[in-house]
Amino acid sequence: MPQQFEDVVVETDLLILGGGMAACGAAVEAAYWAKQNGLKVTLVDKAAVDRSGAVAMGLSAINQYVGLKDGTNTVKDYVEYVRNDLMGITREDLVASIARHVDSTVHLFEKWGLPIWKDENGKYVHEGRWQLMINGESYKVVVAEAAKNALLQDGVGEIYERVFIVGPLLDGNRIAGAVGFSVRENKFYVFKAKAVLVAMGGAVHVFKPRSSGEGMGRAWYPPWNSGSSAYFTIQAGAEMTCQEVRFIPVRFKDAYGPVGAWFLLFKSRATNSQGGNYMVERRDELEKWAPYGRVKPIPANLRNWLGMLDIMEGKGPIYMRTEEAIGKLAEQYKDDPRAYKKKMKELENEAWEDFLDMTISQALLWAATNVQPEQKSSEIAAAEPYFIGSHSGASGAWVSGPEDLQTEETKEEYFWGYANMSTVTGLFCAGDASGASSHKFSSGSHTEGRIAAKSAIQFIVENNQMPNVDEAEVAALKAKILKPLSTFEQHSNETTDPDINPNYIRPRMFMFRLQKIMDEYAGGISAQFSTNESQLSRALELLQFLKEDSDKLAAENLHELMRCWENVHRMWQAEAHVRTMLFREETRWPGYYFRADRPKMNQDEWLCFANCKYDPRTNSWEMIKRPVLHIFPQPKEHELLGG
Amino acid sequence: MPSYVNAEKCDGCKALDKTACQYICPNDLMVLDKEKMKAYNRDVSMCWECYNCVKICPTQAIEIRGYADFVPLGAQVTPMRSTDSIMWTVKFRNGSVKRFKFPIRTTPEGSAVPDGGWETQADLNSPVLFTEPASLGLNEVFTLAK
Ligand SMILES: Cc1cc2nc3c(=O)[nH]c(=O)nc-3n(C[C@H](O)[C@H](O)[C@H](O)COP(=O)(O)OP(=O)(O)OC[C@H]3O[C@@H](n4cnc5c(N)ncnc54)[C@H](O)[C@@H]3O)c2cc1C
Ligand code: SF4
Ligand code: SF4
Repeated sequence: MPQQFEDVVVETDLLILGGGMAACGAAVEAAYWAKQNGLKVTLVDKAAVDRSGAVAMGLSAINQYVGLKDGTNTVKDYVEYVRNDLMGITREDLVASIARHVDSTVHLFEKWGLPIWKDENGKYVHEGRWQLMINGESYKVVVAEAAKNALLQDGVGEIYERVFIVGPLLDGNRIAGAVGFSVRENKFYVFKAKAVLVAMGGAVHVFKPRSSGEGMGRAWYPPWNSGSSAYFTIQAGAEMTCQEVRFIPVRFKDAYGPVGAWFLLFKSRATNSQGGNYMVERRDELEKWAPYGRVKPIPANLRNWLGMLDIMEGKGPIYMRTEEAIGKLAEQYKDDPRAYKKKMKELENEAWEDFLDMTISQALLWAATNVQPEQKSSEIAAAEPYFIGSHSGASGAWVSGPEDLQTEETKEEYFWGYANMSTVTGLFCAGDASGASSHKFSSGSHTEGRIAAKSAIQFIVENNQMPNVDEAEVAALKAKILKPLSTFEQHSNETTDPDINPNYIRPRMFMFRLQKIMDEYAGGISAQFSTNESQLSRALELLQFLKEDSDKLAAENLHELMRCWENVHRMWQAEAHVRTMLFREETRWPGYYFRADRPKMNQDEWLCFANCKYDPRTNSWEMIKRPVLHIFPQPKEHELLGG
Repeated sequence: MPSYVNAEKCDGCKALDKTACQYICPNDLMVLDKEKMKAYNRDVSMCWECYNCVKICPTQAIEIRGYADFVPLGAQVTPMRSTDSIMWTVKFRNGSVKRFKFPIRTTPEGSAVPDGGWETQADLNSPVLFTEPASLGLNEVFTLAK
């Protein structure tokens, strides 16, 4: 079979990998600068850019808008919010870099046609301090349209859809391109580029999901983002950061509908089965995690943790008190039945749109269980762990910040020439692919794509030669990437059931094996997110067998070949995660994971980044501590908070 | 199921070289059975119920049946997407029905101008992005450098 694969070689200047929010931002920005400098930009997505990535279904809010123009907040305010939410561990230069530009991106979204809610004075309607309400069913369509118009109208760029990127091409410590294959026809792709921008999102299904039957795909995070960014940067030899920081959102149980509007807009409470409010009853627990336990808003992982303590004490389920919240909101109108009716109608629309814009399954689940939110509470629960560089996650590549956002001290550690370039020359990262700059969300990811793209074009102008690609290496990669097809072809007829064969493993069972290891030993749901040194070591032992068996993955067709490589990508994300949890000898983010053998936070030794780096030449990992440094002068109370 | 194709309604996109549902599914799940000329979801347990195949199908042949492992039967959520708005019909298990209509965009399809009409700038070596500072609504971009 591999012999019948046609080689397609594409040469370009800037190669953008992924077609999601960050990649679309990169496309818009890169097209402008590429045109001015006579350069070419190529974007590659495994899906159709119109509806790919985490925003494929739509969203109901823009979660990062700073409001600089109106003086609502400052860049420093945002940096402090993010640092506190991540229990002190954040790259302030990177967060500030996004925060200073993000409003500009939101204003572009509005011009492009995204409906952002406005009040009677023409001001944006806020869901919370940083969040704007939108009619976001077509959010991704609108953003993709601008990216396509930018790349295709002036002929500066081209787009490849349905090409799955497997891994990097290198020229020493410089990135030289990427390889992948079409999921539609027998074509092997070799992209050669002067700079590469990775924006292939985060990872789900590394851990066993709560639902393991037909509903397995209904994780909170979309099943099509499988850790390709992490695999790509790890294999390129890039230093990675915050690989221990998984993200666990609390959502409406099973369909994972959003809770943001309920908590922020409708001011709802969550209570346990006895009516107790863990946020009140367990306030003392927060002191154990001071200074971060004392800040407002309370860090996401600590809020999770208080609810988990209720569950572990047998006080579940936890309910979102929708009926109480709506009742309170409507109470103000009790003397005016007409105004009351109008208000209720408005609330009903808002509540349902929140689901229909971004988690339609939740609307379906409510309809199937006859839920009227104004009459009945709905259960909420912690989801399984995900790996993302945005939201309250932080995992991704360790990248340079911009020069003008450094102090003399931070410049030594955080700056090496080009904003958002990883430690591999010419390899840039944005969105969920870059780490330690949490809370970028859809708008911040798009913005970071823009920052990284401009910086990458600058890099190309200053380093304008094509790196060398070793053709023998390409041939070896081709053989390795297509191997699952020949493995299946060679052995599948040896047994009467192609699923059961001693000579290979199919990608689905491979994924289940990975998930079982992670779930049981690395702090998944069934371990109540708890782990320890012995369990993590055992996970590494079992991952090693899995890694060896990845050589025996088998694929019946191109779709299954993609599934094989998605799971290899997940496996490497898993290994980086386990190694880094093992390295960080403390518990810093209870509610995300608990190191039961190191149950406390240790500010003296671990208020730092835990980074790791894989060396593809020697097949070995290096673990590295990097300091947490501030870019803004720290007033007294913040010295406390930031360390 | 989660997404399923109504055999009577699907016309295989009239045998065009690519079907709409196959074109759009972010997880590469929808395929055309070339013998029957009907589409199907090849791996329902990897479906996110994102409804993109439902919204795009020209014959309204695709629907969603909630995940059988946790969603009781009998409900239906059906979208009708036009160029500027979307209509949702939510049918409950007990038979009651709610309808919602939301705008989806404020500009004609295809019309997004990358720079949004803002003044652009030309210094590749500064951190200022191509539509800034105009698109920020400010005179300059925040910096620590004096
Ligand atoms: C359920 C959910 C709800 C959210 N709600 C909000 C919200 O209300 N407001 C908000 O502002 N933000 C929200 N976010 C966050 C926001 O969606 C993300 O921060 C943002 O999409 C990240 O952008 P990205 O470009 O890094 O990744 P994505 O947008 O996910 O894009 C990843 C891209 O990479 C492609 N890709 C993946 N693997 C490969 C491969 N191997 N080869 C080629 N291409 C590949 C994908 O097809 C996709 O195009 C939400 C996220 C989720 C998951
Ligand atoms: S889009 Fe609709 S009509 Fe076309 S192949 Fe798919 S299900 Fe059939
Ligand atoms: S609902 Fe979404 S994930 Fe499921 S088949 Fe349709 S397009 Fe694909």
